[in-house]
Amino acid sequence: MRHLLDFQGWTRQEVESLLDTAKVMREVLKRPIKKVPALQGFTVATVFFEPSTRTRISFELAARRMSADVVSFAAQTSSLQKGESYKDTLLTLEAMGVDAYVIRADSAGVPHQATRWVKGAVINGGDGRRAHPTQALLDAYTLLEALGSLEGKKIAIVGDILHSRVARSNAELLSLLGAQVFCAGPPSLLPQALPGARLTPSLEEALEEADAVMVLRLQKERMEAGLIHLEDYIARYQVTEARLKRAKPEAPLLHPGPMNRDVELEGALADSERSLVNRQVQNGVAVRMAVLYHLLVGKEGA
Amino acid sequence: MILIRNVRLVDALGERGPADVLIGEGRILSLEGGAAQRVIDGTACFLAPGFLDLHAHLREPGEEVKEDLATGLLAAVRGGYTDLVSMPNTKPPVDTPEAVRALKEKAKALGLARLHPAAALTEGQEGKTLTPAGLLKEAGAVLLTDDGRTNEDAGVLGAGLLMAAALGLPVAVHAEDAGLRRGGVMNDGALSDLLGLPGNPPEAEAARIARDLEVLRYALRRAQGRPHLHIQHLSTKRGLELVREAKRAGLPITAEATPHHLTLTEEALKAFDPLFKVAPPLRGEEDREALLEGLLDGTLDAIATDHAPHTLAEKEMDLLRAPFGIPSLEVAFPLLYTELHLKRGFPLARLVELFTDGPRRVLGLLSIHLEEGAEASLVLLSPKERPVDPGRFASKARYSPWAGWRLGGWPVLTLVEGRIVHEALE
Repeated sequence: MRHLLDFQGWTRQEVESLLDTAKVMREVLKRPIKKVPALQGFTVATVFFEPSTRTRISFELAARRMSADVVSFAAQTSSLQKGESYKDTLLTLEAMGVDAYVIRADSAGVPHQATRWVKGAVINGGDGRRAHPTQALLDAYTLLEALGSLEGKKIAIVGDILHSRVARSNAELLSLLGAQVFCAGPPSLLPQALPGARLTPSLEEALEEADAVMVLRLQKERMEAGLIHLEDYIARYQVTEARLKRAKPEAPLLHPGPMNRDVELEGALADSERSLVNRQVQNGVAVRMAVLYHLLVGKEGA
Repeated sequence: MILIRNVRLVDALGERGPADVLIGEGRILSLEGGAAQRVIDGTACFLAPGFLDLHAHLREPGEEVKEDLATGLLAAVRGGYTDLVSMPNTKPPVDTPEAVRALKEKAKALGLARLHPAAALTEGQEGKTLTPAGLLKEAGAVLLTDDGRTNEDAGVLGAGLLMAAALGLPVAVHAEDAGLRRGGVMNDGALSDLLGLPGNPPEAEAARIARDLEVLRYALRRAQGRPHLHIQHLSTKRGLELVREAKRAGLPITAEATPHHLTLTEEALKAFDPLFKVAPPLRGEEDREALLEGLLDGTLDAIATDHAPHTLAEKEMDLLRAPFGIPSLEVAFPLLYTELHLKRGFPLARLVELFTDGPRRVLGLLSIHLEEGAEASLVLLSPKERPVDPGRFASKARYSPWAGWRLGGWPVLTLVEGRIVHEALE
């Protein structure tokens, strides 16, 4: 694979090989000196046309742990404000000798567009509502750690499915790994269809016997757009201790962050033993190291 | 005097010939030849009346970086158009008689396609206060529209239809319900959900047409004279059905469809290329088929380009920010000649009618048929195929969703009242 845009065209084998590499990287991160020379001489650019500190730091740390040079471009502080185009920005970075671009944008498709302009590898760091493949990979990695295998496992994804790139990428990836994905949310926040997932307005149906539960962040914009009433959302879709009783007893909880405590998730649950939120963040660096390695060096060297 | 020898003739009446068409004094003098200074061999080509585009954005005044009258009207004659209606959503909008006159005078001096400006229905196209329709008509406006914006206030649209009715002017609407449309950038459905792009539902068009038909009934009941509502760039099966029913019920309504809605579908968006971002959006195959049906059965009166040039840099923004619009003045006829007539057997005479008498009737103009005495605003079309090469466009928008498509039916000679305004003979 030359780029990581989404999981269209990826095989289960390719994903599993990538997750195997992530396991190696996870070991590296446990060492006292958390650095390998694997990407020495490579330059990775994080190009964030939409602000996101967490994802950017995770990618930059991943690249540095492998000795790559890192440059970062953030739209709000740079020339995009002056009307320079996405294309110009990327071509400027290309001229500086960048090998891989981590691109984040608020519009679907910007990483796809970028592949038409630059020769380097493009990694989708989240594009609009569409995809966030490294988030899905770190979720899959975290779930595999907790559950052993995803084959036949029921994974509930709860929240604003319509506007969620995390839900889309997880539906794509987790189903590729054999899981049954149930996406639950208010009817006004559900898409018409989502490949790889069963859609339901019933939180109970999604939680019933679930092996794991992923809770999505509810964005304030949805209330402002009149699509949902906050109190109604909390009353019917907040994941609570009581509602979680429907799921398997040990079913872990995931959240891509940042969390609105006591909105999408009962506050106490976020800190409970079930929560894998910190684990997700740790695994994020390892998974992103694996992605950079596969795209820049190739899995043969792993 | 110009003589076009051995040429087949095609107009709304049908295909005839070959004939030897003698042109002089701005008219067709004879179909049986005669002495001329210039003799053009029309063998294998066909001659049609000059085309009329009901819907083009020429961007002047204010956005000359995208297009101006000189490039837009040159693109028009290269596309076989002898007449063109410019949309008033310029900066500032064309909402005064002075602005209409300025456009007409400037276009006249260029001596290319004849410009028939549309003027704004409301001041600033804001949908709130009517423009001085009578003065606009006197200045040369042929149609009133707030195209580019949606007429949210039905009462103002109703009043506008009443005012225009008394003057015999059509009112054209960009029929989309703004609430349902929201921030949609492509057709709403399973594909937009998959691609993660905000959807503009087909129901937004149908809902607005349904409302506007009631507004038209209101105007019809109260008007002195006959109101005329024209639906722009129809894109959905349901919208088309509403227009068909309305026509059957005898309502004074006309409608147009664009080259892009007739040849492309939402599938094009899979490449995430804002070149295909247009309003109303490209729809499904079922909608496209319905539009083709509508061309045949007369539900659609005209093919109109909605030529909407933007700079390439703007069209290389992301799908949320890139502006809506597809430029097509220079490819519209070859595209439909090839895709509809050659590939699907769509009758050529009807296709030509949709570029000539169809749009002329919408404006209340007389038909042009290829007969002795007819106005010599004509286009000679060559069946020779070549690929679409946007690099050669006269338009400032040198990109195209159809780049590389092999098309025949290219205009090789365009005449306005007997004067050659475009020539690309071999």
